[in-house]
Amino acid sequence: MNISPSHAFSVWRRNAVLYRRTWMWNILPNFFEPVFYLLSIGIGVGAYITQMGGMSYMEFLAPGLVCVAAMNGASFEVTYNFFVRLSYQKAYDAMLTTPIEPDDVLAGEVLWAITRACIYGGCFFAVIALVGLAPLPSALWVFPVIPLAGLLFAAIGIAFSLRISNIDLFSFYFTLFLTPLFLFSDVFFPLHERLSEGWLWVAEVLPLLHPVRLARAAFRGEASLILLWDLAYILAVTMLLLVWARRGIRKRLMN
Amino acid sequence: MIVEVSSVSKRFGLRLAVDDLSLEVPSGVCFGLLGPNGAGKTTTLRMIYGVTRPSSGTIRVFGIDIARDPRTVRSRLGVTLQQNVLIEALSPEENLRVFGRYHLLREPELSRRIGELIAFLELSSHATVPVKHLSGGFQRRLAIALSMMNRPELLILDEPTTGLDPAVRLALWSRIRELQAGGTTVLLTTHYMDEAQRLCDHVAIISGGKVIDEGKPSDLIVNHLARETVEFDCAPEEESAMLNGVSFPSHRLRVGRRLMIYLDDATLLINHIRHYDQGDRRALVVRPTNLEDVFLALTGTSLEGGQ
Ligand SMILES: Nc1ncnc2c1ncn2[C@@H]1O[C@H](COP(=O)(O)OP(=O)(O)OP(=O)(O)O)[C@@H](O)[C@H]1O
Ligand SMILES: [Mg+2]
Repeated sequence: MNISPSHAFSVWRRNAVLYRRTWMWNILPNFFEPVFYLLSIGIGVGAYITQMGGMSYMEFLAPGLVCVAAMNGASFEVTYNFFVRLSYQKAYDAMLTTPIEPDDVLAGEVLWAITRACIYGGCFFAVIALVGLAPLPSALWVFPVIPLAGLLFAAIGIAFSLRISNIDLFSFYFTLFLTPLFLFSDVFFPLHERLSEGWLWVAEVLPLLHPVRLARAAFRGEASLILLWDLAYILAVTMLLLVWARRGIRKRLMN
Repeated sequence: MIVEVSSVSKRFGLRLAVDDLSLEVPSGVCFGLLGPNGAGKTTTLRMIYGVTRPSSGTIRVFGIDIARDPRTVRSRLGVTLQQNVLIEALSPEENLRVFGRYHLLREPELSRRIGELIAFLELSSHATVPVKHLSGGFQRRLAIALSMMNRPELLILDEPTTGLDPAVRLALWSRIRELQAGGTTVLLTTHYMDEAQRLCDHVAIISGGKVIDEGKPSDLIVNHLARETVEFDCAPEEESAMLNGVSFPSHRLRVGRRLMIYLDDATLLINHIRHYDQGDRRALVVRPTNLEDVFLALTGTSLEGGQ
C-alpha cells in the first residue's frame, strides 16, 4: 500500500471544489427524491398496504431507502463522473505529473464517493426524520451505516468502471445491477416472509442487503449477532474489490 | 546530470516504441528532443517522470532511480503534457489553486505562488474567467503555469508551442530562457526546428525510438550537411544533367520538385547553374543551413517516415 493521506485528500479536494461551485443545484435533487417517495407511498401505495413487517409501510421503507440514497450517491460518482475524469478530462494524468500516485487517486475518489453518499443519504434521512419516520434517537445509529454503504458501492463501482472502455456500459450497471438490488434487497418487502430458506441464503450475496439490515436494526434500536456478518461482508467485499481496483487503476494510468 | 536515461526500451505489445535509448541531460541546459510523429518522444518523457515503466533499462533523475522513488522525483520536476489537461469549469486562478494542492502547497505560499505565475505567464487579464472561454494560447500558457507550481528544478515540456501564434511563441521562448537563466533545466520536445535551434543548447534527434544523433544544433548542421543551402525547383530528370560536372563535395535532398543542395560556399554552384540555364534566371534561394535540413536528412522526408 502506498497511500499518502495528504495527497489523497488533494484529490478529494479537487472534486469538492467543483461540487461546491454548484452545490445548490447538486444538493437540491437529493431532497426531492425522498419527498416524492413520501408522496407516492403516502397518498398512493400506503392506502393499500397498511402494515408490513409489523409496522406501517412508510416506517418499513424508511431505513432501506436511506441506504438506497447512499448507494446512489456513491454510485453516480464512481461511474459516470469517475469515468469522465479518467477518460475524457484526463484529470488523473495531470495528477500523475505531481507526487500523487495511483493509490492516492483511488483513495481520494473512494473518499469522495463516501462523501457524496453521506450528503445524499444524509439529506434523505433529514427529510424522513422531519416527517417523524425515524425513531429518534436510536435511528441516529444509521449515520455510521451511510458511509459504510457508500464505501461498499464506491468499491463496487470503481472496480467496474476501471474494467470498461465505453461509457455506455454504465447503463447495464444501473439497470441490470443497481435496479435489481434496489428491488430485492429487503427494501420494499421483508425477504424472510417471501423467500424460502434456500433463496434466503442466496440473497445474502446481494450487497445492498447488508447495509439495509444494519439500517433497519438502527431504526429499531436493537442489535443482533447477524449484524456482525453484515459488517464483515461489507468490509471484506470492499477490501477485495479495492485490491483489484488498485491493479486496474495502475494499468489504466501507467502504461 | 539531471536526467540519465541508460539503454531504455519500451515495448507496447509488438511495437517497440523506444529502442535502447540513452540520453544525458546536464544541469541548467535546455535540451530538445526532436523527431517525427510516433518517434517515441512522449513515451520517453513519460518514462522520465515515472508514469511509464521501461521494459528494460534504467532512468535516474536528480540522481534518483525513478522506479524507486517517483514521489520525490516528481516533487522536484514539472510537466506540461502534450495535450492540455485543465479543469474547464474553473478559472486559471482556481486551476492553479487545485494544482498547487496536488503539491501540498498551503496558504499563504499557495496564493503567493499563484500570483507570481499569473504575472509570469501574463494571465492576469483573464485570471478569473472559466478556462473553457479562453483561447488556445491562453490555455497553453496556463498549462505551462501549472507545471511550474512547485518551482521545478527540471521542467519537462511536451510540444509547448504547438498551435500557438507567433507572438505567443516568442513570448513563451523568452519565458523559457528566463527560467533557464534562473537555473532551471528544461527538457522539451518540438516539431519546430526554428524553435529548437533558437532555444536549445543541445538537441537529440530520435526516430523509431532511437537517438539518430545529438549535439549542439550548430554542430549537427556542420557535421551532417554544410553551412550554406542552395534551394530551387528542378525536375528529377533534369537533376543529373544539370549537376553534371559539379565536383565540389555536397549533400542533396529532394522534396518533390524542390531540390536542396548543402555546401560550404554556394558561389561556385550558383555560377554553375546560371551557366547551365544560359541566361534563363531560375529562382534560386541561398540561405544558411538550419536544423530543419538536418532533421529532414536524418529522419527522411516522406510521410511514411513517421507513422
Ligand atoms: N499506451 C500505448 N499503447 C500502445 N502503443 C503506444 C502507447 N503509447 C504510445 N504508443 C506507440 O508508441 C509509439 C511512440 O509514441 P509517442 O507518443 O511516444 O510518439 P511521439 O514521438 O510523442 O509522437 P508525436 O510527435 O506524434 O507526439 C507510437 O507508435 C505510438 O503509437
Ligand atoms: Mg508526443
